[in-house]
Amino acid sequence: MNRTLGGAARAACAVMALSAAGAFAQQRSAVEEIERYRQALGDGNPAELWEARGEGIWKKAAGPKNASLEKCDLGLGPGVVKGAYAQLPRYFADVDKVMDLETRLVHCRVTLQGISPEEAKKSPFGGPGRKTDNDALVAFITAESRGIAMAVPMSHPKEVEAFEVGKKIFFHRGGPYDFACSTCHAVDNVRIRLQDLPNLTKQADAQKAYTAWPAYRVSQGEVRTFQWRLEDCFRQQRFPHLDFTSDASIALTMFLARNANGAPFNAPSIKR
Amino acid sequence: MKTKLIALSATALLAAGCATTPSDDEYYTKAVALMKAGFKDRGQAKVDRIDQDSLQKLCSSYGSNPVPPDVAERLQKEQLATIKYPADGKYLGDWKSGEKIAQSGRGGQYNDDPKQPSGANCYACHQLAKEEVSYGTIGPSLYHFAKLRGYGPDIQKYAWNKVYNSHAFAACSSMPRFGYRGILTEQQIKDVVALLMDPNSPVNK
Ligand code: HEC
Ligand code: HEC
Repeated sequence: MNRTLGGAARAACAVMALSAAGAFAQQRSAVEEIERYRQALGDGNPAELWEARGEGIWKKAAGPKNASLEKCDLGLGPGVVKGAYAQLPRYFADVDKVMDLETRLVHCRVTLQGISPEEAKKSPFGGPGRKTDNDALVAFITAESRGIAMAVPMSHPKEVEAFEVGKKIFFHRGGPYDFACSTCHAVDNVRIRLQDLPNLTKQADAQKAYTAWPAYRVSQGEVRTFQWRLEDCFRQQRFPHLDFTSDASIALTMFLARNANGAPFNAPSIKR
Repeated sequence: MKTKLIALSATALLAAGCATTPSDDEYYTKAVALMKAGFKDRGQAKVDRIDQDSLQKLCSSYGSNPVPPDVAERLQKEQLATIKYPADGKYLGDWKSGEKIAQSGRGGQYNDDPKQPSGANCYACHQLAKEEVSYGTIGPSLYHFAKLRGYGPDIQKYAWNKVYNSHAFAACSSMPRFGYRGILTEQQIKDVVALLMDPNSPVNK
């Protein structure tokens, strides 16, 4: 474990140097670029640093109730982390609603640790010099589904409803540019500038896209979660800010995750 | 009352026109309610951007399916009628300024300053000048646009119309309605039209 972490730290430095030197390389295909980073990294991904930190947070007693998150039920029973993310979002009987990973984590921090919902939801995404518990926990938990086939359930009526509502949100054109997710992500083999756009309505593309998040973004030196990716796409769509853990966000995530069913989960990954 | 009637008949039209099942309507209503609750104003991007005009609503309802020809025809006619023409009757501005507008992706996002002029980011979706290799492919290549179609007033007018309101010729296009939605000013539209139409523009070299 220690050895891997050392490797990841070294790799992080190598990546920083590369990304600074490689500003001119914009026009090279992104895929080719990432291959170069991968080679520089060897087997390490700097995301391992987030995973390790997340594991620490998961196990550490915290909050007014001085409890860890180890009894948190992510859908496969209290404390079961292995494979849990590959089956999220899902219906949780204890709250009678569909939750995605982030929403469930907030729920566990509130119920197990006694933290207020506002506190548990506050600034989920890290930035320069600011690391968040959410990024680390998501990195840790998602890593525990690596190699496991996506199997988002749709047996409960509320799961079906979340999926169908999520689909509506995906196709909802609005704002000054008339954009929806579907404007950029419902056609095969197109790109914006040089960035390839997955057709998220087709299984193969949806699988590839969904199973690759969270990702260590080389250009940002941060682990970015899937929810962060959605936020950044909403910005480009000229939409307002969508609260993560909102039912709209959960429904959209349900639609995208379910479309990825069958593919082995493969993140945290590394992206440009 | 009047608006209510219009809203009602729009729903009826949707139900009749595209075989929307009642539950599909329910999902739509639920989706809108959840979006209104989940989105928060940020910068210039307010929650009212979730509210759809009739075109946005109709186009969204088809999902990935094509728009039926009769609906498309009606929609295009309506959108054509929204187009305003330059006061001085001249379609062409300065292609150099047009190139800058075509390059800039700013405008409308919550992190953009609404006091600054918007760009149009034509390159995000189209090839234009050959020198710019970083172009998207959501729309067709516009390289040699006027060289291939001609430099005459008809094509100038078509280019104006297309930039002003793309749906006038292609119902439910993915291209923003730059004029109709006030994204670009009249002068800016002239400038991008010049980028497409000026014989000296790199687009036609
Ligand atoms: C204006 C165009 C645009 C819109 C609208 C848009 N996106 Fe994106 N999206 C992009 C671009 C560009 C990328 C690729 C960014 C990159 O490669 O760094 C992307 C990437 C993604 C990815 C990651 C794909 C991968 O393989 O890593 C997902 C998932 C995604 N978008 C989902 C959505 C959803 C859901 C919506 C609607 C809320 C949406 N996008 C709206 C442009 C858009
Ligand atoms: C979000 C992507 C997008 C952006 C941004 C965009 N377009 Fe388009 N454009 C399209 C698509 C898709 C089509 C094809 C469907 C249609 O005709 O509307 C198109 C079609 C066109 C056509 C018609 C081409 C023909 O063969 O008749 C012209 C002209 C055009 N665009 C010009 C522009 C200009 C100029 C800009 C910038 C001011 C621009 N577009 C920005 C997506 C886009």
